Amino acid sequence: MRARDTDWDGVRLHVVTGKGGTGKTTVAAALALALASGGRKVLLVEVEGRQGIAQVFDLPPLPYEERKIAVAPDGGDVYALAVDPEEAMLEYLEMFYGMRRAGKALTKIGVVDFATTIAPGFRDVLVTGKTSEAVRRKGKDGRRIYDAVVLDAPPTGRVARFLNVTSEVAGLARVGPIKNHADLVNGVVASPETAVHFVTLLEEMPVQETLDGLDELREAGLPPGGIFTNMVRESLLPASVLEAAAKGRFDPAELALGLKAAGLAEGGSDAAAVAEALAEEIAEHARRTRLERRERRSLDTSGRPRYELPLLADGVDLAGLYELAESIHAQGAA
Amino acid sequence: MSERERSGRHRTAPVLDLDAIIDDPGTRIVVCCGSGGVGKTTTAAALGLRAAERGRNAVVLTVDPARRLAQSMGLTELDNTPRPVAGVEGEGRLHAMMLDMKRTFDEIIEAHADPERARQILTNPFYQSLSSSFSGTQEYMAMEKLGQLRRAGDWDLIIVDTPPSRSALDFLDAPERLGRFLDGRLIRLLMAPAKAGGRSAFKLLNAGFGIVAGALTKLLGAQVLKDLQTFVSALDAVFGGFRARAEQTYKLLQAPGTAFVVVAAPERDAMREASYFVERLAEERMPLAGLVVNRVHRAPAAVLSAARSTAAAEDLESRGEHELTSAVLRLHAGRMQLAAREHREQEHFVSAHPTVPVAQVPAMSEDVHDLEGLRRVGELLAAQ
Repeated sequence: MRARDTDWDGVRLHVVTGKGGTGKTTVAAALALALASGGRKVLLVEVEGRQGIAQVFDLPPLPYEERKIAVAPDGGDVYALAVDPEEAMLEYLEMFYGMRRAGKALTKIGVVDFATTIAPGFRDVLVTGKTSEAVRRKGKDGRRIYDAVVLDAPPTGRVARFLNVTSEVAGLARVGPIKNHADLVNGVVASPETAVHFVTLLEEMPVQETLDGLDELREAGLPPGGIFTNMVRESLLPASVLEAAAKGRFDPAELALGLKAAGLAEGGSDAAAVAEALAEEIAEHARRTRLERRERRSLDTSGRPRYELPLLADGVDLAGLYELAESIHAQGAA
Repeated sequence: MSERERSGRHRTAPVLDLDAIIDDPGTRIVVCCGSGGVGKTTTAAALGLRAAERGRNAVVLTVDPARRLAQSMGLTELDNTPRPVAGVEGEGRLHAMMLDMKRTFDEIIEAHADPERARQILTNPFYQSLSSSFSGTQEYMAMEKLGQLRRAGDWDLIIVDTPPSRSALDFLDAPERLGRFLDGRLIRLLMAPAKAGGRSAFKLLNAGFGIVAGALTKLLGAQVLKDLQTFVSALDAVFGGFRARAEQTYKLLQAPGTAFVVVAAPERDAMREASYFVERLAEERMPLAGLVVNRVHRAPAAVLSAARSTAAAEDLESRGEHELTSAVLRLHAGRMQLAAREHREQEHFVSAHPTVPVAQVPAMSEDVHDLEGLRRVGELLAAQ
């Protein structure tokens, strides 16, 4: 295992959240790979029953069981766990009370429906409880089993509530086993060993939600992590061209000449038509670049460490995932 | 690249004619559903505005709109009341409202229980958790509000945006899950003390229930169990009403005057979710109008393929000429690649569901901020 110098040394629980459509699960998976690189052991956890990890790694649906799903660059293992609240509840009853049979009976009469319908806070405690158990778990040698745990958490709008289990169940259970369990979970989630990362795009709504989400974390006393800007397209055009294009003053004549030189246009009128169409693309690109610059500035106001991940032209396949992991590593996030 | 790929839409997918749907006086409810982050709320709002400007008396029910989108319709607070939207052109009218989940729930309780019982329920910690939580309740209350708006009869078209669930299917399942819970054995178990006239119910139960009671006490603690019992017995009075309304709304969704519009973006997850949704709607016999694919990237210079652009850019670069042109060609190639990928994602959907009509909306650089922006989205939705 090589020595590290990353922005998140000492963090063992990486919680990844983001607005829907920002690629939260993909980034969580790439982060797990990056953290595991160089011979470490990392657990990637999902909690929403979507089987997102299986889809990202192109695997059949995962059971409620920690299993190895990928080998990281330079050796290192990524394990995955799809937490099922019902199974987590049975496990909890067995582990703490030795009540496997009663647990089954509880399931049969709809206690799980109860947990998800009447008191979703209970469900969250079970799920985050399982995650923090994995963070704390130690082997026979007294060392932690996992070097890090990455939690693919619910979307930004719900994450503070999801993690803030103590206050979530406080109204329901002021004393008793659930309360004690929630306090134990809170001890992990609110500690410096945890960081809550946000995944965003350079678009207005996801950026706004990220900033709102950071405020909510702060209010809840939860430890904020970094901001991962996903699907970033690099701008190949010089600033002067972009500026002219944004103002609608881009002259396609030079482009038409270039097209002819490249053998892409037969006659002058052909070249001019293609150049016009390309100019339209440039203008749109310029407008977007300007907006992206504005969104970057908004993100900078948060003062959080920022990482940018490229848009993969062919979509995220397994090779793409390793590419993103490499980028995360190179930027010092893992 | 073939002609078909260039056109961006698979030839065999029928075209979704949204104007025909919103213009049809028989259409009384349009439900916009899909996974999070695909522009569902914007689509619902734009359809509402377009319907109003084409003469309908429409109301848009949104669940959790982004601030600026809400502002574009003049909505400033979550007040559970349809407000008229100013600036609508033409004969029709548009109202809009944001769902206040807790207030909707409170109103159901108040309508179904006597004042004393209502007070007991409204102050119970379990009720407070249930009524303000985001999983399940929001879906249930959105459907309840839809039923209310429909019964009020003040509008001839209701457009509803579904909650940003973890899965697009949640809102169909929520009413049933709540119903199943309310009818369940757990509830009967918890109800027992009240029905047994104050004696400890658990003593009256058989051995199987004894284990359960023990487990519940251990798991929840005695105080929680007591709160829960109080809550459940107080809620008993409104159970029947709950269930009947859930079923009523469910039937309303199956009725011919309802049209489901599934909203997606041309990305793998969103298209997969759209597929599930289409299958699920068919299973439930809910009337599907079609699929709206938002944020589709197009390339005005599509005559120039990605491969030719890249080759030409390399050529210019190796000759050290026309730097600007080579950069523009690289940009264009990237755009063509993106368009091709988006096309592939949609093609999976179309080959699995060849009869589902599809409408595409091109990606826009800016979010919608005002009525004019919504109007523009409406035009794009209709221009297929």
